[in-house]
Amino acid sequence: MFSNLQRLFRYRSLIHTLVLRDLKARYRGSVLGFFWSFANPLLLLMVYTFVFSVVLPARFEGVGENYALFLFCGLLPWIWFSSALTESSNSLLTNGNLIKKVLFPVEVLPVVSVVANMVHFFLALPILFLALGLFASRAPTVGELVWFPVVVAVQFLLTLGLGMFLAALTVHFRDIRDLLANVLTLWFFSTPILYPWTLVADRGPALAGLPPLGKLLMDVNPFTHLAISYQEILFYDGPYGHWKWLLATAVAAAALFATGYALFDRLRDSFAEEV
Amino acid sequence: MNKAAITLRNVSKLYRRYAYRRQFSTLKSALLKGSLAGELSPDEVFHAVDDVTFNVRQGTTLGVVGRNGSGKSTLLRLIAGITKPTTGTVDVEGRVSALIELGAGFHPEISGRENVFINGVMLGLSKAEITRRFDEIVEFAELEKFIDAPVKTYSSGMYMRLGFAVAVHVDPDVLLVDEVLAVGDEGFSLKCLDKFGEFKRRGKTILLVTHGLNMVERFCDEALWIDEGKILGAGDPRRVVHSYTTDVEKSEERALAVGDQKVQQTLSEPSQDAVPGGIDAPVSTSEPPGDMLRATQGRWGSGPVRIDTVTLERDGEETHVFHSGDRLAIRLCVSTETTVTDFVFGISIFNAEGVCCYGTNTDIEEYKSLELVGSGDVIFSIGKLDLVEGTYKLDVAVHTRDGVQYDYHRLLYTFRVKSSVKDTGVYRPQHVWTFSNNVRFV
Repeated sequence: MFSNLQRLFRYRSLIHTLVLRDLKARYRGSVLGFFWSFANPLLLLMVYTFVFSVVLPARFEGVGENYALFLFCGLLPWIWFSSALTESSNSLLTNGNLIKKVLFPVEVLPVVSVVANMVHFFLALPILFLALGLFASRAPTVGELVWFPVVVAVQFLLTLGLGMFLAALTVHFRDIRDLLANVLTLWFFSTPILYPWTLVADRGPALAGLPPLGKLLMDVNPFTHLAISYQEILFYDGPYGHWKWLLATAVAAAALFATGYALFDRLRDSFAEEV
Repeated sequence: MNKAAITLRNVSKLYRRYAYRRQFSTLKSALLKGSLAGELSPDEVFHAVDDVTFNVRQGTTLGVVGRNGSGKSTLLRLIAGITKPTTGTVDVEGRVSALIELGAGFHPEISGRENVFINGVMLGLSKAEITRRFDEIVEFAELEKFIDAPVKTYSSGMYMRLGFAVAVHVDPDVLLVDEVLAVGDEGFSLKCLDKFGEFKRRGKTILLVTHGLNMVERFCDEALWIDEGKILGAGDPRRVVHSYTTDVEKSEERALAVGDQKVQQTLSEPSQDAVPGGIDAPVSTSEPPGDMLRATQGRWGSGPVRIDTVTLERDGEETHVFHSGDRLAIRLCVSTETTVTDFVFGISIFNAEGVCCYGTNTDIEEYKSLELVGSGDVIFSIGKLDLVEGTYKLDVAVHTRDGVQYDYHRLLYTFRVKSSVKDTGVYRPQHVWTFSNNVRFV
C-alpha cells in the first residue's frame, strides 16, 4: 500500500493536469467561464437567504438572525463532499476508455474527482468569508482559524476513502450510482447542516447509561463533526471546543481510507475488464 | 543488445464469462447471497491467452498475426501492463508506450495544446519533457494551424495524428502498436513508417499487431502467429506468414465447402412453389426464369439430362481455394435415363460483381454431340487460372443446340482465387516488364 501511495505521489503532475482539465472543461463554452465558481455560491447564498428569511423564516436557538450564514457554513463543505462522492463513484466508468487503453495508476481518477471538487470549495470560500465579514456579528479568531485547514484535511481524507470505496464497487455494481443519490439526500438531512445539532441531540429514547438515540446517531455520523467544526470555527461565538471529536473523526477517516484503498487495490486488476 | 526486452513465461489470461443472469448481478443480490467474493468469482472462463511463452530481444521488431479474436490485443495489453496475467509472468525492460488507441484521454472541450500535455503526462512524460518536444509533436502531427482549437473541432484524421504524434514522442524503449497504421492519409502513413524505421535504427524494440501481412514480411525481423490464445508459429516472418495464410485458406476452403454442401442439399429437395430466380435461396424448378439476367441463383431445366454434381479440382484434388496460375478442373457428373443425341455443355465464370469473366460451351467450340447414355463425367480444365484475386461463381448447363435447357445451374458454385500480387481487373494476361538501361529498379 505504501509503495502504491508513493507511486500516486509520483503521478501528482498527472493529477494536477487532470484536475486542471476538469476545471477548464467545466466552464469551457460558457460566457462567464471561471467566474461561475464564484457566482454559483453567491447565487446559492442569495437563494437560501431569500427562502429562509422571507418564504420560510427559520428561527433556531443560538443561530439568531443569520440563518442563511449558518446554513452556508455547513452547506459548502457538504456540496464538496456529495459531489466528490457522486463523481468519484462514476469516475472509473466514465474514463473506461482510458483504463482500457493507457497504463497509469487508476486511483488517480477518484483522487482527481475529490481534488477538483475541493478546488471548487476553495473558490467558494472567499464568498463565504465576505458574507461572514459583512453580516456576521463576530469574526473568527486566529486560534479558531488554525483549525480550519485541519478540518479540511480530515474531510479530504474521509471523502477520498469513501470515494475509492465507491469507485471500486461501482465498477461491479452499477446500482450504486442510483443508490448513492438517495443515500446522500438522507445523509444530508440527518447531518446538522440545515439545523443546529442541539435540536436533535436530546431526541429519541435513551438506553441505559447511553445518550439519547438522536445524539447517538449523530455522533457516529462523521460528517456531523465536520459540520459542527465548520460552524463553530466560522459562525458560533466562543472558542472551538469540538476538536476532540474532530480528532476521533480523523482516526475514523484514516481507517476508512485504508479500507477503501485496500478494496480498490484488491479489485484493481478487474477494472480494465469490467468497465 | 541481445538482452530480452520482453519476456513472457507461461502467460495465461482468463476472461470470465458470466452466465446470462449473472451479468445483471446487483449489489442487492450480492448482499442477499452473502458474499462479495463469491459474486466476483468466475463461473465460466475463456482463455484469451493460453500458456504463452516467448521473448523478444532488444532491438527486434516483432510482428504478431492472427485472426480476429485470436488474442493478439489481449497479448498487447498484457505486455503493456494494462491487464494482469491470470498466471505466468510478464517482464518488460524499459519504458513502454502502447499505441492501442490513439488519443485515448483527449478531452473534446479543451485545446489540442492542452491535450498534448495531458496525454503526454498520462503516457509518463514530465511537463518539462513535453515542453521540450512540443514543437516537434505539433510539426509531426501537421497541426500547427489548429493546435489551439478545441479537439472536438478536429477531424478524425487530425485527432488520430495528434494521438500518434504524442505517443511516438514519448521516446519509449518498447513500442507496442495495435493496428493503428491505417491512420491518416497516404503521406502520414509513410511518415509513421519512417518513424518506426527510425525507432528500429535506434535499437528500440517494436511489437506490431497487424493484419497487413506484407508489412510483417517487409518490416519485421520476427513474426508470431497466435490463434485461440496459443502460439502456432514463431520465427522468420516469411515462414510464419506463409503458414498463417495457408491456414486461413484452409478455413476459407472449409467455409466454401459448407456453402457448397448446402446448395447441393437444397437442390436435392425438390420445391413445389418456389419462384425461379429468387434472391434468397437457390431454387429448383423445371421452368427457366422469365428474366435470365435478373436470376441470381437457382437451378432449372426440363431434363432428361441432369447435372448431378459439380466439383472443382486442382490436380485431382477437390478444393475451393486456388492461387492465380493454378490448374483448375471443373468436373460435371451428368446422367440421363434415356439416350440423348442433342446436347451442349456450357460453363461461365462470374466474379463477385456479377461480371462474366469467361463463358463457353461445347457447341461454340464445335463439338458435335453424338450420343449420351447413362452417366458420365465432363471435365473442363484450365491449364493456368489467370484470374485476379477474388471470389468467383460458376454457371454450368447442359442444353440442346437450340437452347432448350436440360439442366441449368446458375451461380451455385463458388471458388476463391488468391494472389500474392494485388493487381486489379478481371483477368491477368501473361506478361513481362522490360526496361532499357537507364530505367532502374532496386
